[in-house]
Amino acid sequence: MTREPAQRHTTTRASEPPTRVTVTSPRTVAARARQVSIASEIDAQSRLGEVYVDSLMRSQLRLALAVVAALVLTLGLVPLVLHLVPAWGRVVVLGIPVPWVILTVVAFVEIVALGVFYVRRAERNEAAFSDLLDTR
Amino acid sequence: MSTAASVVAVILVALSSLGVGAFGLRISRTMSDFYVASRVVGPVLNASAISGEYLSAASFLGVAGLILARGVDMLWLPVGWTAGYLLLLVFVAAPLRRSGAYTLPDFAQLRVESTKARHVASLLVVGIGMLYLIPQFQGAGLTLRTLTGAPLWVGQVVVAIIVSLNVLPGGMRSVTLVQAFHYWLKLAALLTPIFFLLGAFVTGGAPEAVSRLDAVDWAEPLSGDYALYLTYSLVLATFLGTMGLPHVVVRFYTNPDGRAARRTTLVVLGLLGGFYLLPVAYGILGRMLASDLVTSGRTDSVVLELPSRIFSGVLGDLLTALVAAGAFAAFLSTSMGLVVSVAGVLSQDVLRRRTELGHGVSAFRLATLFAVGLALGLTFVAARVPVAHAVELAFAVAASTFCPMLVLGIWWRRLTAAGVIAGLVVGGSLSMTAVLTTMIGIDSEGLLGAILTQPAAITVPAAFATMIGTSVATRHRQPAHVAQTMVRLHAPEHLTLNRGPFNPEAHEDTRPDRLTARR
Repeated sequence: MTREPAQRHTTTRASEPPTRVTVTSPRTVAARARQVSIASEIDAQSRLGEVYVDSLMRSQLRLALAVVAALVLTLGLVPLVLHLVPAWGRVVVLGIPVPWVILTVVAFVEIVALGVFYVRRAERNEAAFSDLLDTR
Repeated sequence: MSTAASVVAVILVALSSLGVGAFGLRISRTMSDFYVASRVVGPVLNASAISGEYLSAASFLGVAGLILARGVDMLWLPVGWTAGYLLLLVFVAAPLRRSGAYTLPDFAQLRVESTKARHVASLLVVGIGMLYLIPQFQGAGLTLRTLTGAPLWVGQVVVAIIVSLNVLPGGMRSVTLVQAFHYWLKLAALLTPIFFLLGAFVTGGAPEAVSRLDAVDWAEPLSGDYALYLTYSLVLATFLGTMGLPHVVVRFYTNPDGRAARRTTLVVLGLLGGFYLLPVAYGILGRMLASDLVTSGRTDSVVLELPSRIFSGVLGDLLTALVAAGAFAAFLSTSMGLVVSVAGVLSQDVLRRRTELGHGVSAFRLATLFAVGLALGLTFVAARVPVAHAVELAFAVAASTFCPMLVLGIWWRRLTAAGVIAGLVVGGSLSMTAVLTTMIGIDSEGLLGAILTQPAAITVPAAFATMIGTSVATRHRQPAHVAQTMVRLHAPEHLTLNRGPFNPEAHEDTRPDRLTARR
């Protein structure tokens, strides 16, 4: 969006310098018009405004569900796997039964790691939404 | 064991809590301070306070006790109570802070714009608060009995009095500092004896294990009837229950904005994960050195008794005193958080609506005394359930009521007031029925018994289904401001957007000093 007028701007200057005024003028007008419209579309509760808010909600919800899926497909499957294959519950590594390791150190490290991943991505999603409203 | 050192330690915790609370009181002047500590609390202090409040008698005493008694299957309690904060982080933390709601009833009113939904939520906050307070008071009675031989009611009354003294004058601000202090006290109380034990191992002075750890039903997962159902039901209750606990939600309001709420929660995950390794260690050590507690039915006191069994003389006394101090910090900080949130709801929705109590602070104080008195009375009549299991039942009710309200309210536009009310009533009455049969000591056999012990796997899906189904059936009655509410919940605060007319502080209190105190 910002790149296109900039390119036109340079090509215009390269070919015929006197027309610079007429080319930059519509660009600023267009930018100002859009800036008012997105925030006010949201404020006016129009269909378009709702689409913008929905896009933010959907990206955040997708991220949240991805984190939950990661948790369910690892920790969440532990009881089921141990139910179906009880022998795995008796495996001992370095003198410690594996289920005891999984349900302490491994679980806590995984939970914190998923939390760090989530916070980074969620802040990135919000920054993208803010840029959308600020720049256009 | 020497009683004197432990009693002195308990008194010191009580006095220092009152002292830190009094320090906070100097800055606490208005209603908004009472509820939310003015929203200037930094992320590490706030995360310490959240963890300090969250780590209750169940975490400090109960987890070790249940691991001692029942082994590996009980590891799901500390894991679930930590994972609960991860789910709170991804679904609820930032939007809930952005909502501007102090309490869960506030959120119900904001989202579905219905006073009736607000009242149902208020009722549930009081119910869950009471379920959670009873084991805290029971734990206090048990601790004082273990340390001094005093009857159970002594410790229960002592905790009730200290909680009231802390909450009555200072409200939330003083509670924040006290709770942050309590997290580090609890961590030190469990960590120090472990260090001494490691030292004893290195120098060869470690005690011999009385019993071995290879009992099959203890060391191996999924033992007993309906083990798979019980485990998954417990996982569901703890993973989803955390976000619906009334005292946890109030704490999030002390974050300055949604982004800070997320970062605070991340610190909480680290603090909880670090802490929960310790009660597990105590459970294992208890199995090795104090397995007689299982046969005498006193597993909940394993954390208190271990130091004096490992170390004799003055060292044993001092370590016991330290652990006792940590245990009291656990009862105090959780009970204070619960009392603040229950009293907040009672004063907002019951007292000032029914009576002429226009003065917000005095209504809050009256509600505090009522909440503490009610919890104490219920503690006297409740059956003895292991502390950690009693608390986990409160999680099951929260997971079956407020979890669907928050998750659907934040992420699904089509939620209606009728849907919220129906879901809260169905989930709340089903889970409460199961919990109450356990709390008053009715035992059932077979699958029904398993469901009544761990109801979440049935009641959580039932609550979600009811809320979604009723909302779809009443889809023509959408809340008027739902679009603005969604902007409020999800858009970062620095964007200038119309976030709707909801303002919990505006109808909170209209005294002049309240208005000048806002933001």
